[in-house]
Amino acid sequence: MKLTLRIWRQSGPEAPGKLVDYVLDDVSPDMSFLEMLDVLNEKLILDGAIPVTFDHDCREGICGSCGVVVNGAPHGPQTLTTTCQLHMRSFSDGDTIVVEPWRSAAFPIVKDLMVDRSAFDRIIQSGGYVSVSTGAAPEAHSQLVPKPDADLAFENAECIGCGACVAACPNGSSMLFVSAKISHLNVLPQGQPERESRVVNMVEQMDAEGFGGCTNTGECTNACPKGIPQSSIARLNREYLRASLTGKR
Amino acid sequence: MSENTETPNTESENAGTPNFAGGADAAMPYVLGEDLVDKAAPDGPIETRWSRRKFAAKLVNPANRRKHKVIVVGTGLAGGSAGATLAEQGYHVIQFCFQDSPRRAHSIAAQGGINAAKNYRNDGDSVRRLFYDTIKGGDFRARESNVHRLAEVSVQIIDQCVAQGVPFAREYSGLLDTRSFGGVQVQRTFYARGQTGQQLLLGAYQALSRQIDAGNVEMHARHEMLDLIVIDGRARGIIARDLVTGEVSTYMADAVVLASGGYGNVFYLSTNAKNSNASAIWRAHRRGAYLANPCYTQIHPTCIPRSGDYQSKLTLMSESLRNDGRIWVPKQTGDTRSPELIPEDERDYYLERIYPSFGNLVPRDIASRAAKNVCDEGRGVGPGGLGVYLDFADAIKRLGEDKVREKYGNLFDMYQRITGENPYKVPMRIYPAIHYTMGGLWVDYDLQSTIPGLFVIGEANFSDHGANRLGASALMQGLADGYFVLPPMLGNYLASTKLAPVDASAPEAVAAHTESTERLAKLLAVNGDRTPDSFHKELGNLLWDNCGMARNDAGLRKALSRIAELREEFWTRVKVPGTGAELNQSLEKANRIADFIEFGELMVLDALVRSESCGGHFREESQTPDGEALRDDDNFAYAAAWEFTGVGSQPVLHREHLQFDEVHLAQRSYA
Repeated sequence: MKLTLRIWRQSGPEAPGKLVDYVLDDVSPDMSFLEMLDVLNEKLILDGAIPVTFDHDCREGICGSCGVVVNGAPHGPQTLTTTCQLHMRSFSDGDTIVVEPWRSAAFPIVKDLMVDRSAFDRIIQSGGYVSVSTGAAPEAHSQLVPKPDADLAFENAECIGCGACVAACPNGSSMLFVSAKISHLNVLPQGQPERESRVVNMVEQMDAEGFGGCTNTGECTNACPKGIPQSSIARLNREYLRASLTGKR
Repeated sequence: MSENTETPNTESENAGTPNFAGGADAAMPYVLGEDLVDKAAPDGPIETRWSRRKFAAKLVNPANRRKHKVIVVGTGLAGGSAGATLAEQGYHVIQFCFQDSPRRAHSIAAQGGINAAKNYRNDGDSVRRLFYDTIKGGDFRARESNVHRLAEVSVQIIDQCVAQGVPFAREYSGLLDTRSFGGVQVQRTFYARGQTGQQLLLGAYQALSRQIDAGNVEMHARHEMLDLIVIDGRARGIIARDLVTGEVSTYMADAVVLASGGYGNVFYLSTNAKNSNASAIWRAHRRGAYLANPCYTQIHPTCIPRSGDYQSKLTLMSESLRNDGRIWVPKQTGDTRSPELIPEDERDYYLERIYPSFGNLVPRDIASRAAKNVCDEGRGVGPGGLGVYLDFADAIKRLGEDKVREKYGNLFDMYQRITGENPYKVPMRIYPAIHYTMGGLWVDYDLQSTIPGLFVIGEANFSDHGANRLGASALMQGLADGYFVLPPMLGNYLASTKLAPVDASAPEAVAAHTESTERLAKLLAVNGDRTPDSFHKELGNLLWDNCGMARNDAGLRKALSRIAELREEFWTRVKVPGTGAELNQSLEKANRIADFIEFGELMVLDALVRSESCGGHFREESQTPDGEALRDDDNFAYAAAWEFTGVGSQPVLHREHLQFDEVHLAQRSYA
């Protein structure tokens, strides 16, 4: 395949950026999207140019490092798929592909396609855990967890923290990310003692980071490579309301 | 310093005598040094060694812990759990990871599960059996004391993770579910669908996050360790580069913990994450830490075959698939019919045929070699004939598609995304790939390297898996080290060692800083005509061909001389664009590849010297009549700990002789 890539280039957080066109011949449909960028970068190095910077690591869709906006869609056209798992068979010969970084006030651009998602870490630090120090745990079978609860917790714990939900949201909201962690921990018996403080603290941190509010557009769920459902956001709202009403923090 | 924490003699000047006895035919390019003894492990009954060691350990008063700074490099299962636990105990932790967040370390990609001797199934499991299985699975090349401790601690790990809210798979009763894994006949593997590593890592990451919030951990993400600072023979700090600004800084501490993972990416193509690298352990090795058994690499039998030259990594399909999938190839060579057209009696379910009692669940090294053998016979399937079928048709018939989807859905989806084929309809194609490395920095029972104050945990050390790791044991070891083994032993070191105050102006620290920046400048200055990746690919191909699934004397010698040339070529022809004072991924890569080349050289030498076969190390010269690995216990029942003497100069081999008092040395049999 022959492709034209229109890629966002920006040398640093404060530098002006622009879209630059590159033409690649001989793209195999079996290549992954990032392998296609590797091929471009090898070419750029030999041409004496600066290669395109992008975050990536496991290339198995689980670490959450990668993520670019492909033709307007975070992680590209294939549903439930991270950028690293997107393959070039999703495109056709002669296509022009526009590649941009996540765009959100809370995710400043570091360089080219790489953004700073440390706001997510700070949200988890504000309460996305169960406070159990090593050694203090009771026997694993001392507390039963009904299978449906365990499954629900698991489905939300699958969140990889990639930030596609924020990139997709017209408001730049991180409600899906926060709701996934709340839905993971607040439905489990282990999460009960901190149920209220967790949701209040995480929501406060989310607001402090400059993420927008949720207006239920559902774009986040569509873009989520792990299929975190919109119902998790409803649960987050319920948990927050519950914590506010009971006054427990 | 107490008797128990004394580390082995690291003096090398007077230790070496030239060695000409390594191979029957020719001299080997190394020097045989003094034997190495692990002085930290207590004697006596193996069941009580760990509790006696803990009791003998000195303690740091809780009020004094805050005064001790501890550096932890890496935030995977080992590093994340260690950082969190040390901080909970009150130490001042300074932690580093090269990823943008501590949640992304490659432990996250572990799929299948974590072993623990809980015996919830009442199927005859016990600490003793997990110990026995691990020693046997490691082909009698691991230290008994360490492995027994690992089995003991395994039960606490599950308790800890459940309390953190790790959503393990459960039965309808609300109890934890378990499944079986390769190399064992009990169901002791706890799992969270096909994402066990992710869930365990998020548990550790969240525990670490709690400590970051509490101000007990100073977290430096997007920072990479460039060097280790050794002062008065003790590890006292590291040099690290801020990958965003390019700034190179000095960090001082009372002890350094490396949890930087394995070196599988030396092969270029592996199931490791793209940025996983050996630089932290290699830099420590260059500063005096012995490196043990680098030739022990694990080749995982169930990976998606490569599709072209542009391939950047290989993707694992969890071993758990072998519980329900059946592996086969056509009986006839050159049979190119599509799989559904090959009738049952023309298929060879070769693992079930050769190993009737373990069948598709033989250990990884055996399954990998069997796949290589049938492909070498010309019976491989798919492009290039480098693949075998992993077929779920029977499982779908027996359990229904829904049940299979519930168990393995995410793996099937991943397979389909990568290959474009639907594994519910067409058998998967799989082929072995480099997955895990059992070798690593040598550590004693306290997990301390030959440099006092340098502790090494998780995949970065060599200690528990011998020559082959059993499935679902990597997660167990990483968390055992980080949550339960390192913290008391690190405390013992700090409590029993008088450390002079040092800062970044110490001559050793200044020298390490200068060397690091000069090396980066040198990489940028070459401005040659080859990309860093082109060297990495060439190194990888060379190692896969000569130091991969099967190794022989001639191939290893050829690789050894070619790597030396490649090293020279790298420093004259590599082209690294940009500068060091900015985010520069090419520079990061080149710096790691320079270390991989030096590392590869030692790995090949280790493989050459070990002329026996054991576990994942298969020397063609040493096999049974039916092609199984044949150990040579008289000559090789030791861990090979290598001492660095300079680039291109002959390293010194120190042998730690292994004793097997509990499990008797025997030829492994899974037939």
